[in-house]
Formats: sequence, C-alpha cells, structure tokens
Amino acid sequence: MKKLEQEIHEYPTAKLSVENVCKDFKTKAGMVRALDNVSLTINEGEFVCFVGPSGCGKSTLLNIIAGLEKPDSGLALIDGVPITGPGRDRMMMFQEHALFPWLDVIGNVMFGLKQKPNLNDKERLEVAKYYLFLVKMDKFAHSSIHELSGGMRQRVALARSLAPNPKILLMDEPFSALDAMTREQLYGDIQDIWAKRKKTIVFVTHNVREAVCLGSRVILFSPHPGRVRETFSVDLARPRNINNHDLADLSQQITSSLKGYQNAAESD
Amino acid sequence: MKRVLNTVIFFLLLIGVWAALTGDLLRWGIGPEEPLWSPYVLPPPSVVGQYLWDNTLNGKIPLSMLITLRRLLIGYVIGLVLGVPLGMLAARFRWASDTIGVLALGLQALPSVCWVPLACIWFGQTEAALLFVVIMGTLWSVLLSTQNGMKNVPPIYARAARTMGAGPLKTLVFVTLPASAPFVVSGMKQGWAFAWRSLMAAEIYVAVVSGFGIGQYLHYGRELQRMYQVIGIMFIIILVGLLADKILFSPAERWLHRRWGTDKE
Repeated sequence: MKKLEQEIHEYPTAKLSVENVCKDFKTKAGMVRALDNVSLTINEGEFVCFVGPSGCGKSTLLNIIAGLEKPDSGLALIDGVPITGPGRDRMMMFQEHALFPWLDVIGNVMFGLKQKPNLNDKERLEVAKYYLFLVKMDKFAHSSIHELSGGMRQRVALARSLAPNPKILLMDEPFSALDAMTREQLYGDIQDIWAKRKKTIVFVTHNVREAVCLGSRVILFSPHPGRVRETFSVDLARPRNINNHDLADLSQQITSSLKGYQNAAESD
Repeated sequence: MKRVLNTVIFFLLLIGVWAALTGDLLRWGIGPEEPLWSPYVLPPPSVVGQYLWDNTLNGKIPLSMLITLRRLLIGYVIGLVLGVPLGMLAARFRWASDTIGVLALGLQALPSVCWVPLACIWFGQTEAALLFVVIMGTLWSVLLSTQNGMKNVPPIYARAARTMGAGPLKTLVFVTLPASAPFVVSGMKQGWAFAWRSLMAAEIYVAVVSGFGIGQYLHYGRELQRMYQVIGIMFIIILVGLLADKILFSPAERWLHRRWGTDKE
C-alpha cells in the first residue's frame, strides 16, 4: 500500500526549457517557417498558456515538447536533459478526445498506467479509480466511450493523462470542441486539479480569454514566421471566473497587442 | 416475435406454392391435376424431404458435411493466417501496397472457380487442389479488408499511445489492431463467404477419392438425374452458410457495434 500512497501523493514536476528552436514545413507554396528561433523557459509547477492565431507554431512547439516532432535546429530540454522522443514524464491531451473506443472508461485510464512498470494491476486499478474520482467520472468507470458527452470524454482524457503521474501535462486546445457551458465548468475543474496536483502545464489555445483564465503566464505567438512576441503575467486570484472584469480587461489588452503583430506581419 | 412469425409464414407459403404446383397437395384437392413439371425437372418437396431425412439418418449427409467443413476450416484458417499479416504489411509500407496490394486487387477480381483447371493440373484430384482453390478465394479479400481497416484507423490513436509511452510493437498490437477490428471482422466474414463459394465450386469440379463432400453429392445428383438430391443438397448448403453467419459472425459484429457505438438502435 506504501507504493500506492507514494504514487498518488507525490507530485513530480519539471522545468522545461526551449532554446533557439527552428522548424520548417514543406507546403505547396514552398517552405514555411513554423518556428523561428524560439526560446522560452517554463518553471516547475507553472501553468503556461501559448496563445496565437493558427499558423503561429504553438501546436508545433507543443508537439516538439511532447517528442512527437523533432526541431530542425535548437533544443527542448526537461530539467536540462534534451528531449529525444515521447516519454512518460510528459502526457498529452488532444483537441479531439483520442480515447480508445474498444476500451471502457476505466480501461482507457489504465492504458497509460500499463506502460508504467513499477505497479501491479491491482495498484493500477486503484490509481485509475482515484483519477476518475478526481475528474468526477467515477460513476462511469464501465461505460463505453460513445455513451459519454463531449465534456465527459475530455474529463476521461484528462484522467488518462494525469494517471501515470507525469511531470508535465501538455494540452492542445482540449476544450475548443466543447460548448460554452461545459467549457466553463472544465475551467473550474482544471484549475482545481492544477492546485491539487501541482503539475507543470502547457496549454495551447487560440482563445485569449481562456488563456488568461487558466494561465499563470500567457505567451503570445505571432505567425509567418512563428515567433514568441510577448509574455504576460497573470496575477489574478484563483479560482478565476472567465466572466471576471479584470480578466476581460487583460484579455482585451492581449488581443489588441496580438492584432498589432498581425497587422505588422501583413504589411511586410 | 412478430417479425419471426412473418418470416416463418412467408417461407411456409413458398413451400406451399412449390408443393401445390408439384402435386404434393392433390389429396386435399389443391393444385393442378397433372403436375406442371415432371419430377425429373422439379421434384415435389415431399421427395426432397424424404431424401434429406433418409440420408441424414443413415449418416451420409452428416459425414459429407464433416468432410466439407473440415476442408473449409483448414482453407479458411490458412487464408486468414496469410491474409491478415500481409494486409497489415500492405497498410504499413508503401512498397508492400504497391506490390502485394495491387496483386490482391487483381486476383480478387478473379472468381476462384477459375483456379480449378490449374489446381487440377498442379495438384491432381487431391485435397490439396481443393484447399488451393479455397485459399485463393479467401486470401485476397481478407488481405484487402485488413489493409483497408488499418488505413482507416485515425492517426490520433497512435499519437496518443506514443505519448503515453507505448513503443511501436505495443502500439500495433494494443491500438492499431483493435482500432481496425470492425473492418477486419467484416473482412473475415466476407472471406468466409468467399471460402464457402470457392469450396462448393471446387467440390463440384474436383472428384476426390479422399472423401465425398457436399458439393460432390450435388455433382453426382446431376450425373444421376436425381434433382431431389440436387435440391436437397442446395438446402444443406444454404443452411451451413446461414448458420456460420449467425453463430460465428453476428455475435462478434453485434459486440463491436455496441462497443463502438455504431449500431442503429
């Protein structure tokens, strides 16, 4: 039982750094520079949001951190160790739920846990149940995926990413396909879980409001070529409500700054 | 329940019309005085029934079914064992899809009975000739549907598995294979149907001393002008095909549809 306690009550986090990363893509129109000399540092336990219009390279950078893509030059490091491929220290949540329809809810949460060698199946089941409870899906452990609503699916996907207890959680527009009501509920839940589990979270979105609501820091990207333009610290008290005035003011400020970069890019 | 009743009544009516036209119901005054066709052309249901009953009791039909099913099963399993991995290969690698994929497409267009003349020359009147025809009937359709199934797996599943730390082999076995299961199962079902048709064609054309299959009974029914035997055996062939579908494939398909949420209800 000791191992189980440890598994659940330990909160590993990691520092993430990106150094001079460049990445080109070949398209019909020729080479496109998705990331142009991007450098940034994300501290342990920080909740950082990447914001920018499509084509600004924010998802590409997330895939590089996940180890799904390799940079053309530059390095991405976790606690000073270069990333060479996907690993259990980083879990990724996608825009579509990407849950496996041939497994039930708990089977999906167990999938990531099964890749962890230091647990036995009974312990894995306990851990999976704990995370389903954390995302309020414990009553649906044996449901099929297609029986769940969009919001419930993303909750299960969140539990699946959290269960192997990664140091870093990578989220690629995870709420963009959900309706506004469900999204607001999940904003509350994800802040709550971040407070409990103290993960380093990198959250990609094109919704500035969402970024300000969730992030401790918002990093603004601009496209053609993809660059980091500005970083905003968000010091508002948590849990934050997306309809809060100060939050709206700050996102207004970020949006106008974003428009400035876009206009500048178009006039080039 | 009502739908089952509908089906039963429909088939009773069909047999009733057949019985009436062939003189089976004359003692109740139903049907034409003279049968429209001679019993050599269309025997009445009573004669067909008598044939089936006698030959089931004396063990001839059960034995030939056993012989036929054994051939079918061996040929089908060989077809699957070859077809599924080759289909996976063709889905995974461009060079494989450009070679065996194209070969499969071509040979699938060839009805497997066309292999019978070659099979007879290559293997003689043997079990091997029959098996060869069955395998040629099964292999290509299983290969193509496996390839198609694997290509239709959303790439996000494999990406998700990789970020969770699953290696290429684990991803193939625990993600890509189950994800393509609905396609592979319908391919297996189609392969079964092709195997069944191929074997019947082969048994009619290839007389093998190592055992009389159902198809061979049909063939000798023709040779001996016993149309009641031909029709009786046709019923057996339909029955085996239906049972295989209901017992083997329907439960698997129903489970898949329920889990994947693709059923209509």
